[in-house]
Amino acid sequence: MTTLLEVSGVSKTFDGFKAINNLSFQIGERELRAVIGPNGAGKTTFMDIVTGKTRPDEGRIVYGDKGASLLKMSESRIAQAGIGRKFQRPTVFEDQTVFDNLMMALKNKRGPIAALLYRLDQRDREKVAALAESIGLRASLPRPAGELSHGQKQWLEIGMLLAQEPKLLLVDEPAAGMTPAEREHTTDLLKEAAKTRAVVVVEHDMEFVRRLDCKVTVLHEGSVLAEGSLDHVTKNQDVIDVYLGR
Amino acid sequence: MTDIPLSNKRPRFFLAANPSVLVFLALLGLFTLGVTLLSEGAGTGALSTSFVKTLGKTLCLCLVAIAMDLVWGYCGILSLGHFAFFGIGGYAIGMWLMYARTELIVMESLTSATLPPTSQEVSDAIASQIFGVVGASELPSIWVFAHSLPLQLLAVIIVPGLLALVFGWLAFRSRVTGVYLSILTQAMTLALSLYLFQNDSGLRGNNGLSGLQNLPGLDDMPQSIISVWFFWASALALALGYLLANWVISGKFGNVIRGIRDDEARVRFLGYSVEGYKLFIFTLTAVIAGIAGALYYPQAGIINPAEIAPIASIYLAVWVAIGGRGRLYGAVIGAAFVSLVSSWFTGGQAPDVNLGFYTIKWVDWWTVLLGLSFVLVTLFAPKGIGGLFDLLFHRHLIDRHGADLGPDQGSKREEETGQ
Ligand SMILES: Nc1ncnc2c1ncn2[C@@H]1O[C@H](COP(=O)(O)OP(=O)(O)OP(=O)(O)O)[C@@H](O)[C@H]1O
Ligand SMILES: [Mg+2]
Repeated sequence: MTTLLEVSGVSKTFDGFKAINNLSFQIGERELRAVIGPNGAGKTTFMDIVTGKTRPDEGRIVYGDKGASLLKMSESRIAQAGIGRKFQRPTVFEDQTVFDNLMMALKNKRGPIAALLYRLDQRDREKVAALAESIGLRASLPRPAGELSHGQKQWLEIGMLLAQEPKLLLVDEPAAGMTPAEREHTTDLLKEAAKTRAVVVVEHDMEFVRRLDCKVTVLHEGSVLAEGSLDHVTKNQDVIDVYLGR
Repeated sequence: MTDIPLSNKRPRFFLAANPSVLVFLALLGLFTLGVTLLSEGAGTGALSTSFVKTLGKTLCLCLVAIAMDLVWGYCGILSLGHFAFFGIGGYAIGMWLMYARTELIVMESLTSATLPPTSQEVSDAIASQIFGVVGASELPSIWVFAHSLPLQLLAVIIVPGLLALVFGWLAFRSRVTGVYLSILTQAMTLALSLYLFQNDSGLRGNNGLSGLQNLPGLDDMPQSIISVWFFWASALALALGYLLANWVISGKFGNVIRGIRDDEARVRFLGYSVEGYKLFIFTLTAVIAGIAGALYYPQAGIINPAEIAPIASIYLAVWVAIGGRGRLYGAVIGAAFVSLVSSWFTGGQAPDVNLGFYTIKWVDWWTVLLGLSFVLVTLFAPKGIGGLFDLLFHRHLIDRHGADLGPDQGSKREEETGQ
């Protein structure tokens, strides 16, 4: 399996506090990976670093078959290169309709001139409809996103992520605020997505992780504590001590 | 609710898809016709020439308010410098008006001499005519194009555009946002006006440029007619500006800049270059402001550095806020309403209020009243005058339990929403 993203030796200190400590991480082109770890382990910071929101103090991040370094790229360039991200708190454009939220996320040219001249064609219209269908928001397309429930916003953000057609999806706690049925649906969506791309999921809920049925990386104090199947890592004594035992 | 975006195809033509634009254009057309029919120059004379000029100037202010609404109401950049661009547009056209008219006068006086004047003599004579007041007798180098109307018209667009481009590039690239950006734009405005106040700025210091109401070569044409021309030109510019602004915000570009207003980090992670969009809208609106200024000052007759003072740009933001930001017609209503009421109060027409122990003179107290209205609108009616239309069409708020629509400073507040 070819590697899509390779993070090596990355560290980041916030005001003397080492949030990420010599972290190394790899993921293949079509792979589903769960990242777990206690609060403050650095899971969100890890995603911030990969997406360019936070610049690491040291380390290398290499992405794609050309081996481009992400460290010198801006957030928007990184997103254009095919890295999509879902935030821990759902962030959608609340003043705009569900339709417009999805339409903006659709993979198209991103420049100002291209946006000015953009014409919504039948193809994009159908894409939006299909996405809305898959996230259960077909009937809500004309509603402002600000009116949606917490769970629906999570869905919408997942939909926007898929609309970008990214090569790598970073998903931070997607199931927070969802009903058990919705959670199940989310696992299905993520597993489906991972058939054609790489997906990294941060989640606290062990049931959710078990259903993802994939390799698990355990983070603790900014570095990898254990890696392997869920059964393997849950038997690891260190993991039990810092995470599961509490 | 039905799935509007999919079943109802948007009409092909822009105007058919935006009926409110048609309503606006129709009202503007009727207004223009009405003013023309009542003007001294082309109609019954019920409206004085100076009032026609006031109305024409008001239309220009509406145009610059549209620019302000685009940049602030839609993109969340609270620029407190757009009146500087307006002033630059005025100076650019003023230079030609003054030069060309002085040239005609000089030529006339020199033809009485026995020998035909050399071009150097002509140029010197013009220079001493224009710059005598600041004790200079040479034409400053920024006047090299002043003889040419097309070149100065080009300057109306290029100078504000270029300044906005450079300023915006520096500011947006280093991710200056919110209050800091507003302060930066104020600093730019202040620097520009202080520079222009100097006598050696090449633009006649605090005298500014004057006599701009006289069009070169049209001395026989009465002001009553010229005022109607400028009124028409202003109405046309406003109509085109309104159309352009509507086109800009109605497509995907509009979605993206509204996204930037409410949550710019999220827009970045969708792959849009936020800086590029901000720069685009900042520069575009600076150009619109420049054009509005170029139409305004020939009607005002005079431009001086005080016009560019930082407070003018703040007023601009107040107009848009009072009219209701994030809706173009709101900006137009706000600018027209506040500037007309303001000229009524400050023009001495408003009757003084005698309280017995103190007489309120509106000329002095108008700013206080305006400031108070601004505070009241911000606190109690954030949708401004435009909010009345929501009442009329029964548009209700998005209920967000008091939360803004995004994390950014410029983002819409709950009270500003409507659907
Ligand atoms: N911008 C920042 N400035 C200072 N400290 C920060 C910053 N971002 C994160 N941290 C700190 O870094 C540590 C790791 O935070 P992070 O959000 O990555 O944890 P997490 O694993 O996502 O936790 P959770 O499960 O609670 O979401 C925390 O202690 C946090 O306080
Ligand atoms: Mg987190």
